[in-house]
This record gives sequence, C-alpha cells and structure tokens, in this order.
Amino acid sequence: MSQTPVAPKTNAPSTVSGAQAVVRVLEEHGVDWMFGHPGGASLPLYDAILDAKEMRHVLVRHEQTGAHAATGYARAAGRVGVCTATSGPGATNIVTGLADALMDSTAVLAITGQVVSPNIGTDAFQEADVVSITMPVTKHNYLVREAALIPQTLREAYHIAGSGRPGPVLVDIPRDVLQAQLPASALSEALQTRYRPQVKPDPRRLADAAKAISEAKKPILYVGGGVITANASPALAKLARRCRIAVTVTLHGKGAFDETDSLCLGMLGMHGTAYANYAINDADLVIAVGARFDDRVTGRLKDFCPNARFVHIDIDPSEIGKNKPAHFPLQGDARLTLEALEPMVAPPDTEAWWRQIEAWRARYPLRWKAGKALKPQQVIEAIYKATAGDAIVTTDVGQHQMWAAQFYRNREPRKWISSGGLGTMGFGFPAAMGAQFARPGELVVAIVGDGGFQMTCQDLSTSVAWKQPLKIYIVNNGTLGMVRQWQSLFYNERLSEVALPNPDFAKVAEAFGAVGLSARTGEEMDAAIRRSLEVTDRPVVVDFHVDPEENCYPMIPSGQSIKEMIVGD
Amino acid sequence: MATEAIQPAAAPARRLLSVLVDNNPGVLMRIAALFRRRSINIHSLAVSTTEDPRVSRISMTVETDATETNMVLMQLGKLVEVRHAHDLSEQRPVERELALIKVTAGRDAHEEILEAGRAHRAHALDFTESTVTLEVSGRSAEIDALIEALADFGIQEIARTGAVALIRGTRAT
Repeated sequence: MSQTPVAPKTNAPSTVSGAQAVVRVLEEHGVDWMFGHPGGASLPLYDAILDAKEMRHVLVRHEQTGAHAATGYARAAGRVGVCTATSGPGATNIVTGLADALMDSTAVLAITGQVVSPNIGTDAFQEADVVSITMPVTKHNYLVREAALIPQTLREAYHIAGSGRPGPVLVDIPRDVLQAQLPASALSEALQTRYRPQVKPDPRRLADAAKAISEAKKPILYVGGGVITANASPALAKLARRCRIAVTVTLHGKGAFDETDSLCLGMLGMHGTAYANYAINDADLVIAVGARFDDRVTGRLKDFCPNARFVHIDIDPSEIGKNKPAHFPLQGDARLTLEALEPMVAPPDTEAWWRQIEAWRARYPLRWKAGKALKPQQVIEAIYKATAGDAIVTTDVGQHQMWAAQFYRNREPRKWISSGGLGTMGFGFPAAMGAQFARPGELVVAIVGDGGFQMTCQDLSTSVAWKQPLKIYIVNNGTLGMVRQWQSLFYNERLSEVALPNPDFAKVAEAFGAVGLSARTGEEMDAAIRRSLEVTDRPVVVDFHVDPEENCYPMIPSGQSIKEMIVGD
Repeated sequence: MATEAIQPAAAPARRLLSVLVDNNPGVLMRIAALFRRRSINIHSLAVSTTEDPRVSRISMTVETDATETNMVLMQLGKLVEVRHAHDLSEQRPVERELALIKVTAGRDAHEEILEAGRAHRAHALDFTESTVTLEVSGRSAEIDALIEALADFGIQEIARTGAVALIRGTRAT
C-alpha cells in the first residue's frame, strides 16, 4: 500500500437521481429532521435517505402524525417543518395535517410520492389526485413532471412555505421522476421565484396609525400568532411597556408577550378572560398585530368592539379589513412594522383606562372551585407550577386546551403550540414529538384530552423508539368534554355520544414501552407529576382522572357578544 | 365621481374580472375553487394566452356585491400563480363577446332573420332548409338583445364565448 500518495481524482458524478436531488436540496436548506412513512411510490426517496448526511428521518406510524410533527417542529424551531408520505392513502392521510398548518399559518413542506407518470390518470394502484385534493388545504402545491425541475421546485416550495404568511406547500413527485437522472449542475441553480411578499409598511400610513395610538384614551393591543412568526415580540414589548398599553393575546399569540406581565390581560375570545373581553369591547382603539379577527375571538362581528377604531398590522393583505374595517391598515411584517411604528408613538394617557381595567381584573378573575374530585384546572395549575411555567406546551382541542390556555401562562414565544384554526383533535402529542426534535434539550409537555389522544396515540411507538423524554398529560374526564358542555348548555342536557369508555392509559403507555402513571387525587397528582419529570429516557403518560362535570368558563356562546358572556358558577 | 365611502352598499351586480395568471396546468382549478368555496356562480369564462406566452388572461363575469368582489380579488391575489386580479366593471372597458346563434327558420323566414341580424351587426355563417346560424360580437348586453329579437323565430341552440375586455386608452389592463 506504499503507492505514491496521489490524491484520488474525484470523479464527481455529473448526474444525480431525482430522489438524491430531493435530499441534497433539503440538506442545503439545513433541514435536519424529516417525518414520514414510506411506500411504493416513495421507494426511490427512501433509498436516497439512506445516504443523507445531515438530515435524519423519523419513521412515524401514521402519515397524519408526521404532518403534525412537522408542524410542531416548525412552530418550536421557527423553521420549515418537513414531512413525507407515499402516494394514494399515504398522501390522503396528511390532508388533515396540511389543513391544520394552513389554518394556523405554519411553514410545512410535504413531499409525496406519486405513481409513475404513464400511470397517472389511470386509476393505478395507490393513485390519488393529490395535487387536486390538497389544493384548498395548501398555500401552494406542485406536481413535478421532470427530474430536472426538482431542485428549482423544491427551492421555491421551501421559500413559499416559510415566507410572507407561512403555510404548507406540497410537492408531488412521480416515482419515475424520483428515479430519473438530472444534471448535477441543476443542484446549484439559485432560487428563481416571483413570490416576494411586501414586508415593509407604508410610511404615511405608519404616521396616521402612530397618531391614532398617541391620542387614544382606551387603547389595547390584540396580538396573534403573526407576532411570533415574525419574531416581533421584543418590538411589541417595547411599544406596550413604554406606552403602557394593555395587551391581550389570541390562542396563537400566547407567549408573544409575557403573560405574567401586569400589562397582559391573557387570552381573549370565547373562553378568554372576562377582563380581556371587557377591555377590548370597551376600547376606543384596537391595535391588531398578526391576528385575524377569527370568530372564536370576535363572536358576533357587529357587536365586537362597537366603539373602536382599528389599526390592523398583517403581512397578508387579504386579512386586513376582512372581518372588521381597518381604519389604519398596515400591510407588512409585524417586526418591521412595530419597529418602525414604536418610535413614532407618544405614550397616550391611559391612567383612567387602567383603573377601569384593574377593576374588571379584580372583579372577574379566572377561578375554579376545589371539590372532591380532581379538577382539570387544578391539574393545569399543578403542571404550570411543577414546570415553572417554562415548558414547551402543546395541546389537543377541547376543554383541556382552553383550560391550558387560561392557566398555563406563557412567557416566551414558541413555547405554546396548539391547533387553533382547524381545531384538530389528536394534534397535541405528535406536535410535541416534533417540538422535542426541534429543541432536544428542553422540557416538552403535551396536554391532551382522553378523546384526542386516542386519535394519534399509536405514535407512542415512535416516541419510545427515539427515547423522547416527553410528558403526555391526559386530562381525562371520560367524555368528549367540549361537546358535552355544548350539549349541556345549548341542547337541554341531552347528551349524545359523548361518553368515552376508555382504556387504562397507563397500561397502554407501558405496553408501548413508555412510563404510564395515573392519578385520581391531589396527592397522586403531585406525585405523578414529580415522577414524570424525573424520567429522561422515554415518554411518560400521566392519566389524570378529573371531574367529568366541570365546564369551561368564562364562555361567550358561539355567535354572541360580550353581553351574553357566561362567567360561570 | 362618487367615492367608495359614500356609495350605498352595492347590491349584487354583474362584475367583469380580469385575472392574469402563470400559464401552468391547474391554474384554472385554483381560481375556480376560490369562487366555488364562496358559492359565487361564474356566468362566463374566457381563458387564453397573452402577448407573453408564460402568462394567460382569465376574463370572467360573476354576480357579486362590491364587498365580496374585493375579498375575492384579495384572495385571488394570494394565489402564487396569480399575477394580477382586478375588477374592470367600474372602468368602462372595451368589452366583446362572440356568440353563435342557430335560429329555427324555413327558407321563407331567412330574409327576415338576416334583417334582424343586420340591425345587431350579426352575419350568417350557415344556412339549411330549417336553420340559419348567425355570428355576432359585441358587449354581452348587445348579444342578449339580439337573442331576444330572435326569440320569436325559435332558437335551437346558442354558443357564447364569454366576455373579454381591456381597459381603454394607453394604460395596460
């Protein structure tokens, strides 16, 4: 072996396969995790994944879980989450995940295998018209017809998913296109795209908005997920604190502003704090930032904020004025807009306004009554205390979600990950998996319902395989609680199909190789939470048996106004 | 000209929309889906490439009010493949539609039908023992008028292209 040490002439291959191109472009974008499930049409992709250098693949047990994990990853990391599925049923299984990501403006890139090109349109085995099916649930989607187009298409897809108002983008690639060769030179082509959203606000409109804020008597900042997406929290905090403007957050705005700060009134809307709802409805100026006047926030539109004018900051012009008129429309990135706006605002005189707000806050605090049975609110408060309010929290959808939103007060962005717009049961646990991959050193807690958890719990296998130290806290009331609450309040207590004869979740967890615990009393609860936080090498499921009769208050019934708010017993 | 603010809330009316899109497969479906979602019926639709082969123009007439039109235009604008979407209705555009009208008529009625056609700048393309097929182009309302004038003869079938339009003057649409 003592040959002259001549450097071997690296004959870099002049072509790569479509599938190799997919992996290379993803790695070039810094994609470190991909969530997916293989199948016939994506075989070439999975072959290329074996040779991936920096990107790792997480094998999920259901494609929907993969899509939610990508969402959890994206929201926790602030980067594009990537998932993949095969053609036909694999692809149709991610539809819910895509719809969820679209409604909650989350950057997700989905890559699906498709049947070979000559078979498209012939009802081939595992064929589904995925581009058509996913058109209304994606920000954009593509069918790639030629291998040479893969790098450019993926580059644009990644760009579109993550820029402007983020959203899911799907790229459907037939198996023969994944297999075909393309010139390696195509890998180094720069992104070409016409998609360039406007991010800088109009300076004249900024001045008008600044004047309105400076002159307001009862201003309030109404803050949504757009602030977190744009990393605008520091700019928001500067404006709110210097000008002493009250802040209320939406479900997705939780963490955009420190909820433990006295300027923060917590979440508003259907199950928001009474004082946040009283304040916004009495305000003379509502400064909406990255929020979209969703019906769960506004109730009956014509009665929402009857005396207010609106400043509306949003990167998506179609949101501005969609539900309420925007007197001061500001199209732009929330961070750039707030940074430009803040120095122009003179602190308004809000002393009298704050006295009023404090009176509401004192009179209508969030509260719950202790009882014999464990109360769901009690469980959330215990989790909040035990985790020092510092965990990354994900939730499913329903009562537990609203209690978690009320009682788990978030101090930082990207630590609250919930399904808001679509309201997807089964979201919490897979989203927590994705968040844990994004932030491996941090404490990730999924607060889920007994109904929702049963929609995606099969992926405990995945979480166990990756030794994730996730905490899955089931607020188990043995019913589909929010549906039961509505049936109780609005359907004369005629309870229809809401009782859940549940498995023993602790045993289910143990069967998967996770730790399973359960609690029925306050003492058991404290012990189980303590124990769960000690486990570092596998997921822990804690089954909290809570009072099945507990309703979630305050509540503004659907389509009504602050006047109809039920404060609770 | 009255400003938008002092106009009363406009009742649903015929709107002529012009949408410039990337000339890609599937674009029409994205556009159509947006109207379907809001249950807006598309009365007419004309799609063709433009002076730039990468771009197609979709001209469509729909019946909506001003608020809904604005929202639809905003949402069209969000589609990645849409370059430009706007409502030409208020801009007095030059507007044309072409129609073929097959009128039921024996030979003795031909002259009378041609007479009616001439008044609307229509001309005949085909004659048979029992039919005359006329071609007419004009604003959609003018075509409606001709169809009405021919109704008494008996109309066997009609094919219309849907309106296409450009704004007047030197400015691009």
